[in-house]
Parts: sequence; structure tokens; C-alpha cells
Amino acid sequence: MRPRTLFFRTQKDRAIRAFSALAVLLAVGVMLWILYTVVRFGAPAIRFGFLIHASKPFGIADGGIANAILGTLLITAGAALLAVPPAICAGIYLAEFPDHPRISAALRFSANVMMGMPSVLVGLFVYMIMVMPSGNFSGFAASVSLAIIMFPVVMRTTEDMLGMVPYALRESALALGMTRMRTTLCIVCRSAKNGLLTGILLALSRVSGETAPLLFTAMFSDSWPTGYFSEPTANLPVLITEYATNSPFESMQRAGWGAALVVTALVLCINLGARIFFREKKNAQ
Amino acid sequence: MPNKIETRNLNFYYGPHQALFDNNLSVEKNTIMAVIGPSGCGKSTHLRIYNRIFELYRGQRVTGEVLIDGRNILDDSVDVLDLRRKVGMIFQKPTPFPMSVFDNVAYPLKLHFKLSKSETADRVEAALRGASIWDEVKNKLRSSGLALSGGQQQRLCIARAIAAEPEILLMDEPTSAIDPVATLKIEELMVELKRNFTIVIVTHNMQQAARISDNTAFFYKGTIIETGRTEEMFTHPHNPKTEEYITGRFG
Repeated sequence: MRPRTLFFRTQKDRAIRAFSALAVLLAVGVMLWILYTVVRFGAPAIRFGFLIHASKPFGIADGGIANAILGTLLITAGAALLAVPPAICAGIYLAEFPDHPRISAALRFSANVMMGMPSVLVGLFVYMIMVMPSGNFSGFAASVSLAIIMFPVVMRTTEDMLGMVPYALRESALALGMTRMRTTLCIVCRSAKNGLLTGILLALSRVSGETAPLLFTAMFSDSWPTGYFSEPTANLPVLITEYATNSPFESMQRAGWGAALVVTALVLCINLGARIFFREKKNAQ
Repeated sequence: MPNKIETRNLNFYYGPHQALFDNNLSVEKNTIMAVIGPSGCGKSTHLRIYNRIFELYRGQRVTGEVLIDGRNILDDSVDVLDLRRKVGMIFQKPTPFPMSVFDNVAYPLKLHFKLSKSETADRVEAALRGASIWDEVKNKLRSSGLALSGGQQQRLCIARAIAAEPEILLMDEPTSAIDPVATLKIEELMVELKRNFTIVIVTHNMQQAARISDNTAFFYKGTIIETGRTEEMFTHPHNPKTEEYITGRFG
């Protein structure tokens, strides 16, 4: 036998490694670039007053974004309250009760379709069913639209996380004489707790920056979000859109960048929280 | 000695595929029955009928009878939750619950009995002592069961299984994921346990079967080829298939 020359194999190996490294650099590079831009333009706007005062109408100086921060927190929390319980239940159904494969398949399929749906469509939909009939924009309508976006994400992560729990754990719970329901809630979900929290946090961080649905539902307001259920509610994504695109005033554009920085920090915090939970889970195993 | 478990004409199906063929087996009270045989021969399948855990899965079906103290536990009138209190099970991999050592053992107690706090504590201690793990965990009862070593986790699972005072313990290769020293401890423990329990153990380890069991059943392709006293099976097997297997010529 004549040995094959190693030259081409080593070169191929090198080429693929270089390509992967480049891809990593590109991905990380773009993220750092965005972060740099946001911090560079946003940081000058961040002042104490900026963070504790409500926004002011176009053209009036020294407005803050505190009402929008509060509004975003309210809208996101509302979305979580609406979406998480049913999504967890649906995920449990998919992972633990595979007795009706057709229903499960239909559920998974519709979740995939919902995940692929442009969020602007969700916004329009909620506009049609809630805002139009009542005649009011509201933070609650915004929560509903974000909940619709969150639901399939949380459901699928719940299914995946429960799927990671070893079957032997379920069997040993059942073998002790526990019912299916108790096994699921007290043993399986408890075992997957950190994974479930991670999924919820990631879904939250995804929707907290959603803009399109909020344009049709929460709209914007310069007042504090006291009319969450019946009035336009201030929020960061729409504030950024308005200030960055519709305002001729340089001070407002600066404020928009500041708000962008705050949103970015918020999402970063949620993501870090998710990572910490997930790491704890790994350590526990 | 009366038979604690008696199976009659047990056939088992995974969907259209038949896995067990007319299994007839008797297990005497307070003895250890070792179930041996090559991989995929139906040992675990057979064991998993005794506590009806197979019912968790769709398409798995059994015919025949399993008599425990003379009562057919496959009958619809038998409450499966009560059956599983009386028939405990230990699995191949240790499966501590994601909670403290104490709560792991207290869980089945609280599930099946109304007990005061001090009674629970007493019984948890008794179960941990019974599983020879008390001395190792008595100072960390509040720490997570997942933080113990593999061998300790398995003994914790044994403590959990015996806490609710079952009558039968099913063990499905309980030491195959555990190091030799810990295995030895668990084997010694099993011999202790048979004073209070009837044990059926599936094992791949022939030395283990020879060391601890009173009787042995040899499974091959879903059929029980031979069953009898362990010394006899290992010294004078009647069936040539049994001899081939225990002398290591296949399996």
C-alpha cells in the first residue's frame, strides 16, 4: 500500500478551522459593534434625572424616560403572567402525556407557525380584537400581544426541559406509589425548575424589546402608566422608535439612544440571570 | 415456606412484538431471587410487571397472572398505588429526587401515612439505618440528595424504597452503574434486607448472583430456561444453555 499524502487533509482541516474562527469573529464582532454604538451614543444621555422623570412632549427639553421604563416593566410582567401558566401547562402536556400523538403534533405545529409569525401581525390582530372594539389603546392589549408571542416559545422550552429529565426519575417516583400528576408537578418539574426558569427569562428578554406589536396596542404616552388597562401606555421600544425617527430635535434623538441603552442593559440583565440559573442547574447534576 | 410471588403463564407484548413467553416462576418469602440471562432476554421486562410500572407506556400488554400472597395483582380491581407501596423498586441508575436527603426518604412516608414530625424523623432514620447509609449522611440530612456519591445515592434510593415498609423489593441491575467497593456494600445490604423483604434482582453479574441469591432463574429469549437453588444452578445446571451462559460461553 502507498500511503496517502497528508498535505490535502491538513490543509482542509486548517481551512475549515479558519472558516469557523472567522464565523465566530463575525458573530461576536457584530454584537460588540452594536454594544459599542449603543453605549457611545446612549451613555451621554444617561443622567439621574433622565432615569426618574417622565418623558415630555416633542420639543420640550429635559424629559426623562422613567414612565417608559415603568411601562415596559408593567407590559412585560403582564405578558409573563398571561403567557407563562398556560404555556407551562401545554409544555407539560407535550412532554408528559404523549397519549394522543395527533393532538401533540397539532399543538407543536401551531406553536412553530406562531413562532414564525411576524410580530407586526400579532400586533395587528390584537389591535383588531381589543383596541378597535374598545376604542382605546392600552398597556394590557400590549401585554396580550407579547403573551401571544411568548406562549409558543415557553411551551417548547418547557417541553424540551422536561424531556431532559431522565425517564428513570419518573419511574422511580411512580414506583413509590405516586400519581402521574404528583410525579409531574413535584418531581419532574422540580427537577427541571432551573431550565424552566431559564426558558421563561429568555422568552421575556426576547419580547421585552418587541416594538411592532406595541405600536398597535400600547402606543405611547408622556404620562405615567396609571391607565394600564384603558389608556396608551409609555414604553421603551416605541419611545426609541418615535424619538429616533419622528423627532427633529437632537436632544430627543439623544434621549432615544439613552433609552436604547437602558433596553439593552435590561435584556442583558435578564440574559445573565438566565445563564446563572442554567449554570446552577448544571452544577446540581 | 410459602411463595410470596408466583407467576403463571406470563406473556408480554411490546405492541405486536412478544417479549415474554409463558413465564412461570415462584419466589419464596424472605429470599433473594436472581434473574440472569443475556441482554435483551426479557429480565427487566419480567421484573417490571410485578409493580405494573410497564403500564406507563402505550402498547405494552401482558397476559397471565402474577400472584402476590395469592392475589392476582394484574387484576383491574387492584389499586396500583397501593400495589407500588407494597412492591418497591430500585433502578439501574440511582434516582434521588431533587430535594434533601431527609426529604427523599420522608417523601414516600408522607405519601402513604399520616405521621407526626417526630414519627417521620424516626422512620427516616430507621430507613437510612436499614440501608446502611445513616452514618454517612446523619450530618448532612439537609443537603441535597444529588450531592452524594453514586453508591451513596443508590443506598439512599434503597432507603427511600424501604421507608414505606414494602414487602417486596425489585432491583433492576442496582449495581451496574456503581464502583466495586460500593457494590460490595450494597450486596451485603441485600443479604441483610432479605430478613424483612422478599427480593427479586436482575443482574448481569453472575458472581453477584452466585454470592447473594438463594434461587436463580435463567432467562433466554423471553423464556425461563431453568430455575432452581443457586448453588445447584451454578454447579450442576440441567440445561446445556444455562451451562453455556454461566460458564461465559455466550451472553
